[in-house]
Amino acid sequence: MSLAIAPSRPPAFAAGSAAVASQVAELQARIRGMQTTRIDSHGLPTSPGVAELLPGGVLRAGTAYAVLESTTLALALLAGPSAAGAWCGVVGVPSLGVEAAAAAGIDLDRLVLVPEPGDQWLQVTAALADVVTVVLTRPPASVSPAEVSRLSSRLRQRGSTLVTLGDWPQSEATLRVTDDRWMGLGDGHGYLAARRVTVAVTGRTLSGKPRRKQMWLPDSEQAIRSAGLAGVPTVHPTRHDEAAAS
Amino acid sequence: MTTGPVRTLLLWCPDWPTNAVAIEQNFGIDTPLALIERGEVFACSPTARRDGVRRGLRVREAQSRCTDLIALPYDPVLDHRAFEPVIAAVEEIVPGVQLSRPGTCVMRARGPSRYYGGERQAAQALLDTLAGVGVRDARVGIADGPFAAEQAAKLQSVREADAIRIVPAESSPEFLAPFGVDLLNRPELAVLLQRLGIRTLGEFAALDLLQVRDRFGPDGVLAHRLASGFDPSDVDARVPPADHSSALEFEPPLDRVDQVAFAFRTAADEFVARLQSSSLVATAIRIEVKTESGDSRSRTWLHPRWFTAGDVLDRVRWQLQGAGQAESGLSSAISSLRVEPESVDPAGNHEAGLYGGATDERIHSGLSRVQGMVGHAGVLTARIAGGRQPSERRVLVPWGDLPPGGEAAVQASSALPWPGKLPGPPPATVFPERQSVTVLAAHGRDVLVDDRGELTDAPVEFAAPGKATVPVSAWAGPWPVTERWWDAGGTRLHRFQLVDDSGAAWLLVLDDSGWWAEARYD
Repeated sequence: MSLAIAPSRPPAFAAGSAAVASQVAELQARIRGMQTTRIDSHGLPTSPGVAELLPGGVLRAGTAYAVLESTTLALALLAGPSAAGAWCGVVGVPSLGVEAAAAAGIDLDRLVLVPEPGDQWLQVTAALADVVTVVLTRPPASVSPAEVSRLSSRLRQRGSTLVTLGDWPQSEATLRVTDDRWMGLGDGHGYLAARRVTVAVTGRTLSGKPRRKQMWLPDSEQAIRSAGLAGVPTVHPTRHDEAAAS
Repeated sequence: MTTGPVRTLLLWCPDWPTNAVAIEQNFGIDTPLALIERGEVFACSPTARRDGVRRGLRVREAQSRCTDLIALPYDPVLDHRAFEPVIAAVEEIVPGVQLSRPGTCVMRARGPSRYYGGERQAAQALLDTLAGVGVRDARVGIADGPFAAEQAAKLQSVREADAIRIVPAESSPEFLAPFGVDLLNRPELAVLLQRLGIRTLGEFAALDLLQVRDRFGPDGVLAHRLASGFDPSDVDARVPPADHSSALEFEPPLDRVDQVAFAFRTAADEFVARLQSSSLVATAIRIEVKTESGDSRSRTWLHPRWFTAGDVLDRVRWQLQGAGQAESGLSSAISSLRVEPESVDPAGNHEAGLYGGATDERIHSGLSRVQGMVGHAGVLTARIAGGRQPSERRVLVPWGDLPPGGEAAVQASSALPWPGKLPGPPPATVFPERQSVTVLAAHGRDVLVDDRGELTDAPVEFAAPGKATVPVSAWAGPWPVTERWWDAGGTRLHRFQLVDDSGAAWLLVLDDSGWWAEARYD
């Protein structure tokens, strides 16, 4: 490896530090690409809107993904496997909106919730990862590196995928929702109808700057899809007539 | 097969549904009880009937007639369950008992009357046995055929005389003759006969059998034979079901959950083994716990597959500890524990496949392991029910249990239209406890809704729980919800949607106690 990253010229001779930095980044990416080559990793079925975000275009079995700032996006990651018949588990998220899970495309018949694992978070998550395909969890504030690597090896062994709401040290990719824009709500009228976000993806196999994608989360038909450049419908604020007194 | 009707002894416990509830819940004999089905009185106790409560009365009407009435939902399963010890006690002294319905059983009179030296003595022996198991008000009728015997037994309730009525052999036709035709329990036939001027069973019996057959068909023939005292039905004695329950007495009573669970381990093994020896598996069990202080608690536990000994033990532990931990003490020491199968299934339906188990079995054993860590109520499945608030629409059910009211009730409520529910995407975060937030108008004024339902000021600033104040970028509301306004526990609130400057969207609620965040669209 040391041969591969040895610069062909002495650093002092470099034209500028920027050129060196880009070269180093490129070489680091090559190393990472070699390290992550695994024969046994297979992809889980992934819904098309989400697949574009992920490195490699699939949700990889036996790995972890971190989702920041958005529960809906995390649910969208679960939707693909669930629609294909896999079981999903949710650990330590007592505030999960079940209706939103169903709207994202998760089959509630194959969804198991453990809202309060208490101080047994690691054991419960590991036990659930043994039997279900995807586990969505909010990790506690203090997870030791030893616990992380134990859980990661368990995931690799069982071929199940972890989606965390919050940072996870050994994640395959980190998806962060930035630039959150809601459509349909005006100044005293309308209702929340659609949401357009920018998702910034950083990952172990992605080098340098985060990859950015525009997404509807969801669009006005409540479908989660990527927002292409063309055909961006604008949703005008509408009167909310249905929510009358009952 | 004899040609004439069988000499029959019928045992009748009046008001069995209310009796069963009184036995189960330890009510006094004079408690005015009413059992309610579909908003109407299904059965009531004698005390309630004295105050004018009748079957078919609406609940409010019944309560206004009898102010201290205890109204409970009617449970047909409880009727059967409470009658089981009674019929078992009868089978101890008379073999060959047929259960007609809970509260009523019939048997052939010949055997017992020869054994006890007469029909009256046999009936008295039965009544004494019933008094021994706590049923005081029973009646006995003896006649030719179950139909005549039932009328004989029920005649007592009018006369309040002796609890035993014996119609002499071969005089059933004369006994039945003066009764009205509505006793045949065929309303259409009874109305028609009355229109034809035939009001009593005797008059109906006097008709020619062939003409009755031509006019009313086979069912009419059966009714005619009942009316003429030639009841064709025989006593069809039941086979007493094998007792699969398992019980344990603790002497001295135990006061720690882990002690009880450990002591019950062998009994749980035997319970499952005994079922297995009859090629059965239990899919639902009932655990009854009696404490030293005398009260008993029981509940039914369902299982997605079937109970192993370990599962039974888990349910015992969960029932005892409730929400507490395994080490926690009990409020009163446990004196006895009883487990009985509530529904069983042939074991053949649950054989594991030749090439390993199905996926669901793997899921189930994994989830049972998690349940062992966090308790029975810690592993949940979700359903969407009906409601206006996101928290109402979420129903969480422990793994393996049925939702309250059953799956059908949840589906029915979610299928209703619910005017006033929010359109648009549902919120992804629904706070288990709503959180206090701050919403302010310009110059720091409060934002309120006046009596006309109008907003006093437009919201300008918003502070999420534990966050700094940020400007409001978009909002809408108020959308009022007024549920059960006539009730103190009803809901009166106004809902808002609000997007703050950081792009976060909230579902807010304003009620008398201030502003609250109900859910977040994140």
